[in-house]
Amino acid sequence: MPLSVQETEVKNPPVSRPPLDPHLKALENEAIHIFREVAAEFEKPVMLYSIGKDSSVLLHLARKAFHPGRVPFPLLHVDTTWKFREMIEFRDEIAAKYDLDLVVHTNTRGAEEGITPFSHGSALYTDIMKTEALRQALDAGGYDAAFGGARRDEEASRAKERIYSFRTPDHKWDPRNQRPELWNIYNGMIKKGESVRAFPLSNWTEVDIWRYIQAEDIPLVPLYYAAERPYVERDGMMILAEDPRLKLLPGETVQRGMIRFRTLGCFPLTGAIRSTASNLDEVIAELEIATVSERQGRAIDRDQSGSMEKKKREGYF
Amino acid sequence: MTAPAQTASATILPFAEPVKAARDTRPLRLITCGSVDDGKSTLIGRLLWDTKAVKEDQAATLARDSGKQNDLGLPDFALLLDGLQAEREQGITIDVAYRYFSTDRRSFIVADTPGHEQYTRNMATGASTADLAILLTDARSGILEQTRRHATIAALMGIRQFVLAVNKFDLVNYDKAIFEKISHEFREFALSLGVRQITAIPMSALKGENVVYSADSAIPWYDGPTLVETLELATVRTAQAGGFRLPVQRVARPGESFRGYQGTVAGGSIKPGDPVVVLPSGVVANVKQIVTFDLVRNAAVAGDAITLVLDRQVDVARGDVIVSLDGQPMTGLHFDAQLVSLQPGGIEPGRRYWLKSGSRRQRVTVEPISQLELSTGKWRPHASTLAMNAIGKVRLSFEEQAVFDAYEQNRSTGAFILIDPDTLNTVAGGMITAKRAELGGIHTEGQRVLMSLPADLAEQIMASELFANRRDETEIRRLTAKQAVELFSNAASDI
Repeated sequence: MPLSVQETEVKNPPVSRPPLDPHLKALENEAIHIFREVAAEFEKPVMLYSIGKDSSVLLHLARKAFHPGRVPFPLLHVDTTWKFREMIEFRDEIAAKYDLDLVVHTNTRGAEEGITPFSHGSALYTDIMKTEALRQALDAGGYDAAFGGARRDEEASRAKERIYSFRTPDHKWDPRNQRPELWNIYNGMIKKGESVRAFPLSNWTEVDIWRYIQAEDIPLVPLYYAAERPYVERDGMMILAEDPRLKLLPGETVQRGMIRFRTLGCFPLTGAIRSTASNLDEVIAELEIATVSERQGRAIDRDQSGSMEKKKREGYF
Repeated sequence: MTAPAQTASATILPFAEPVKAARDTRPLRLITCGSVDDGKSTLIGRLLWDTKAVKEDQAATLARDSGKQNDLGLPDFALLLDGLQAEREQGITIDVAYRYFSTDRRSFIVADTPGHEQYTRNMATGASTADLAILLTDARSGILEQTRRHATIAALMGIRQFVLAVNKFDLVNYDKAIFEKISHEFREFALSLGVRQITAIPMSALKGENVVYSADSAIPWYDGPTLVETLELATVRTAQAGGFRLPVQRVARPGESFRGYQGTVAGGSIKPGDPVVVLPSGVVANVKQIVTFDLVRNAAVAGDAITLVLDRQVDVARGDVIVSLDGQPMTGLHFDAQLVSLQPGGIEPGRRYWLKSGSRRQRVTVEPISQLELSTGKWRPHASTLAMNAIGKVRLSFEEQAVFDAYEQNRSTGAFILIDPDTLNTVAGGMITAKRAELGGIHTEGQRVLMSLPADLAEQIMASELFANRRDETEIRRLTAKQAVELFSNAASDI
């Protein structure tokens, strides 16, 4: 006779919290369903972990989905070497705390060739250090499914993304030839070399993410909360000035002010916003009256019209 | 790198709203049906705009891309919606797009689907998860064949709440008689489809009248709800009424001592101590525990993602369904279904497909019986390939026991997709209507069976001793093939 859950060795301890409101509960249930379905149908899944708030929610949902077991797949972080210092510290802490298999991949060829966001521009840099690096890592791991934290409300081209997003052996996405997705029945059948990107957070909005973080008490990189930090203004963005690789251009000075970040990526390409929201409640209050979208701080989206769609076709997450 | 995005002109900035209260209802999923000509993109754009779901930088991109504004100083909403470059180039919506907006009361997920006839499959896809359909019509043209087609597909996919948006109402001078004529005609039609919850709203999406804000001054005689008020009060379908259903996605064995069955409750509810049956094996057990990350729970209801622990060691695998002892689903090898053909190759009679329902995947062959003529709503006999976008009635034959509910009873355990074994693409979406009687199950006391046979086969049967002995109990007529088809299209259910 099987023993009860309390009697088993549990590495994923349950916590007591007030019940979620029905809206967040419905989103959570849907995400857990997707996690379990992918884990059951694919041979070698992996979870893309970008250390940001969406990834933090994704990881939390994965732990819930497989409780009382541990998360049955590795986390993959594509490290461009230009991430915020606090992100890397946070990543390593979380991996140790939750007993996760963490795979870190850097495009060493790009790094050796000296590809940086300063010297090569955001488009080429992103292509080599993020898109190409991701393809390398997925090929090296032989992964046939990769979870990502993308949401359909983020950007226009993502509104048509499926929950199981099919990719060719060279990681191409064809928006005009996507598999129909009816009900919550997902078609996980693929041929050798093909893969699927799975998006459990497809139907979440930015406000949902923050409210869920609050309700579930999910730890985040401190950069999401306002603090007095040094920054440089460049191309209309406020760039965090703490990394010695950031060289001041003529006329630039390091200023200090209360700032925070709405999304986290590579520090030279991620603009801060002025804010006094230094805790979760204040961030949510600020967000609910916000009049600009969260990707506004992302340099890569604005390179050209339809730029996200182009990057996605090429294999960017 | 381009300049920062703060270039929006003051006329198109949405203004800030006070902090929204926490919502305590589930999100409503809805589908919008209608064509660009009816003002569909304008309607959705208006919904997103007036609920502040469009942000400044998105509006700025829009202004930059189009340079166009309408008479009211608002951006061209269609550009906001047609996210993909291919669509901008073609000027039509070619796929299902999902949009999100919320009010203080609730949040909404909109499946935005194209209106053209060749995109029936996209509409069916969007409708599969929707609780409500908005059918858009131009007040100047009224109910068109397209409106009837969309309503028919929506009803077929199980949507039981309709909103008729009588749009461009300003262009008919807010004429009450026109609104009443259109809404009456639509109501009659929707009732014939079995849909009883119908709200008709006169509106101008362009001017924002009766979408989010009411139009008291323009339409003083209308005292019904706005579109958003209707959506806020709509019900989300639950499958809690019927028997308990848990399609098993995964067997969790974190240690030798623990075995849990993970899945999402697809109907009914369960609590520790309840007796359950594992299908198709038929093994009986009792629920010992409901495990979730947060707590060991006292009960679970439809929609909950849970891990179920049983009180004894039984053989349960992915694809099995754990159900309540009372109110079990149908099991068998033969089922009747309706399906929508989704791909250019169509659905071929006699071909072996993969069928996926819940977490179960099995081999199936499909025999088409009839096809829905969308212009008239009539079913026509059709035994050959069901072409892309066709809606057909079919017979499913399995090689191993299948487990289903009728779609009308349960939208989860009554739904399936077909997967092409060669391309591995999803080629159909289907809904179970009934279990077919196995051979020998035809016989019920007092019933008669009408068969249409080729004359030579009938002769052989009539020559048999068995037949000759009961000749006085039978009636026989000779017909042409055409007459037989007509007779059968009027007959009751087939076997």
